[in-house]
Amino acid sequence: MSQAEGSYYVPHESRWPVYGVPGMVLLAAGFAVYLNGGDWGVPTMVLGAVITLMMVVMWFRDVINESVSGKYNHQVDVSFRQGMAWFIFSEVMFFGAFFGALFYARVFIVPWLSGADPATSQYLWDSVLLSWPTAGPGMQDLQYEAMGPWMLPALNTLILLTSGVTLTWAHHAIKENHRSKVVLGLLATVLLGATFSFIQGYEYIHAWHDLNLQLSTGIYGSLFYMLTGFHGLHVIIGALTLLVILLRVLRGHFTPDDHFGFEAAAWYWHFVDVVWLGLFVFVYLI
Amino acid sequence: MSSTTHDTHHEHGDHHAPPYGITRWLFTTNHKDLGVLYMSFALLMFFVGGAMAMVIRAELFQPGLNVVDPYFFNQMTTMHALVMIFGAVMPGFTGLANWLVPVQIGAPDMALPRVNNWAFWLLPAGFVLLLATLFMPGGGPAGGWTMYPPLVLQMGDAFPFLIFAVHILGISSIMGSINIVATILNMRAPGMTLMKMPMFVWTWLITGFLIIAVMPVLAGAVTMLLTDQYFGTSFFNTAGGGDPVMFQHVFWFFGHPEVYILILPAFGIVSAIIPTFARKPLFGYSSMVYAVAAIAFLSFIVWAHHMFTVGMPLAGQLFFMFATMLIAVPTGVKIFNWMATLWRGSITFETPMLFALAFVILFTIGGLSGLMLALAPVDLQYHDTYFVVAHFHYVLVTGAVFAIMAAVYYWLPKWTGHMYDEKLAQWHFWLSVISVNVLFFPQHFLGLAGMPRRIPDYAVQFTEFNMISSIGGFVFGFSQLLFLWLVIKCVRGGEKASDQVWEGAQGLEWTLPSPAPYHSFETPPVVK
Repeated sequence: MSQAEGSYYVPHESRWPVYGVPGMVLLAAGFAVYLNGGDWGVPTMVLGAVITLMMVVMWFRDVINESVSGKYNHQVDVSFRQGMAWFIFSEVMFFGAFFGALFYARVFIVPWLSGADPATSQYLWDSVLLSWPTAGPGMQDLQYEAMGPWMLPALNTLILLTSGVTLTWAHHAIKENHRSKVVLGLLATVLLGATFSFIQGYEYIHAWHDLNLQLSTGIYGSLFYMLTGFHGLHVIIGALTLLVILLRVLRGHFTPDDHFGFEAAAWYWHFVDVVWLGLFVFVYLI
Repeated sequence: MSSTTHDTHHEHGDHHAPPYGITRWLFTTNHKDLGVLYMSFALLMFFVGGAMAMVIRAELFQPGLNVVDPYFFNQMTTMHALVMIFGAVMPGFTGLANWLVPVQIGAPDMALPRVNNWAFWLLPAGFVLLLATLFMPGGGPAGGWTMYPPLVLQMGDAFPFLIFAVHILGISSIMGSINIVATILNMRAPGMTLMKMPMFVWTWLITGFLIIAVMPVLAGAVTMLLTDQYFGTSFFNTAGGGDPVMFQHVFWFFGHPEVYILILPAFGIVSAIIPTFARKPLFGYSSMVYAVAAIAFLSFIVWAHHMFTVGMPLAGQLFFMFATMLIAVPTGVKIFNWMATLWRGSITFETPMLFALAFVILFTIGGLSGLMLALAPVDLQYHDTYFVVAHFHYVLVTGAVFAIMAAVYYWLPKWTGHMYDEKLAQWHFWLSVISVNVLFFPQHFLGLAGMPRRIPDYAVQFTEFNMISSIGGFVFGFSQLLFLWLVIKCVRGGEKASDQVWEGAQGLEWTLPSPAPYHSFETPPVVK
């Protein structure tokens, strides 16, 4: 949108982004060395993670201080909104890659291996009949159970949907300047998020040990853990973000008109919520 | 740090003049500083990737294994592609966007300057990881830049480094693009409506969208490779119910928009340069905008034309074939618009114009060979031959790289305040344009005659064309040292450039002094 006012805000240069470079290099290199079986992989990784985390904390600290001291104008606010919206779009596309793999496996791979594509089934595994969920033609003797939708996943769906309601309730409260209601709503959301993560952890343990459903359980196990795992990671990140927002509310940040930090975290939370609905339908239900 | 403009109400920023020393570059949030960093990095990587190309052409000069070990040759073809795509062309365009977008839309800087800094500095981070693989046990990636499983999973220790390098470079380009898109949507001067934006800004808006949409998909694809290798998943393992072909689908869903990411900003550059030196406004501006948008849309539904030979239902082959051929329509619109812009113009042939005209002709050759490759039955013959190599080097070297060079010559006087050495630059152009055709044109014939790509040795009947191609390659490679020298010379001094620089140039950047001030527009210019 074009700006009518005659003023621009140009922020101070910052030392923090560049600290992310050694952070990310050490994190990545350490992880790679660990995967190759090297000794110094894990400590390097931890060092990299600490530096990266510090960068994030210090960078946000600067931005929050500048925001609270009233340096930002409407245009900066819109830039932040744009940045967050496009970031969430990129996250949607990241999940899209895994959902695409899920659909490809279910729509093409399973029927093709089962004979719909004569060449594929003939040259690879002749006369196997697969149906979703499957661990693949090479593991037909493997005993495992699929994760059903009812019980834990359904409970988690309820929890996430409720957390979306409590968050919206907090948002309305912030607009009406009811600080105690904001705190209550955010606290409920964070706790619901934490509950979700605990239930998911329990679900994983149950699936891994009782159902013998593991990452190595063929394409179903791969997709189940990668999709729900990346989602679970996003729940944890989203809940931590909301926790920071809660602490900021307790510090007296945000006004009824100006609370983009809150809204960005809320956008992110709702995005995580919507991804879960996709997971519940396509991974658990059908 | 000066605070001289604090007393005016025009700007509420904290920072106005560049600090000195290394921290200026490490901590900078200034779009011009970051543009310089991006373009310097791109130039460095252009020479790194170019050196790899020289190794490839030296090995292919004669049949037989002559210069390097075949395994090292495979590393060279793989790394040459990764370095040129993610290190040279993409950062080159991002650098140009950094420098030009704010000045072309009348903004003081980018929308998210600190993200901008982070996005740049992640590039060296990614390339430290990527280039280090060449020195690891088992060597660097050698299975081709497309990283197809199962071949890519047979690498040595370098494998996770390759994956994480791709992740980091992906984060870098996503962050860079979010910043550019936010800048274009939010920082335009009053009156600068979308349909008044220069074409370069339009092409970058759409390119940025493509990058944000598809780089995460690449990240997802390589993450699946990583977990297949180390965590026991079966995404690309048929025994587990996966499919190696699925990787190709996910990869090319990224890969095809990616090739438009590498060319759309070039369209914007040429659309700026041709009107300037034809001294006529761009013909069909709005159709240019719609054509770019159409190309971007089509890029999402054509990916499987990269894999016609892999096995796909007939309906799929037909769909991807026809969708691909559709792209020729908006691309043709652009070519004809450029020609119509030239029609009855008062044309002069300064170096930027020479590169832009070479772009139009040679990119069209690359586009037409692309049209040939789009035909599924024909592609069964051409797939993975030198014809494909010739095709994408015509669109990427004489397309993307020529456009970047045209842009550098065109805007260098605005950046440095000095004119470049026109005579030497014309030498650079003619050496480049002749040698690049000697380099790549014979590769069409090699491919049609059946020479496969990505091999260090070949049958003797391919010798002559390979020799010609290699000679062209060496001349082209060494000619680029002239370019380096021209840029250095222009930065250090030269004839003083006027603010207008080019007689026929239009746009806000030419209203600024040469060199442009540290923060471009401290108060928004008014666009009528």
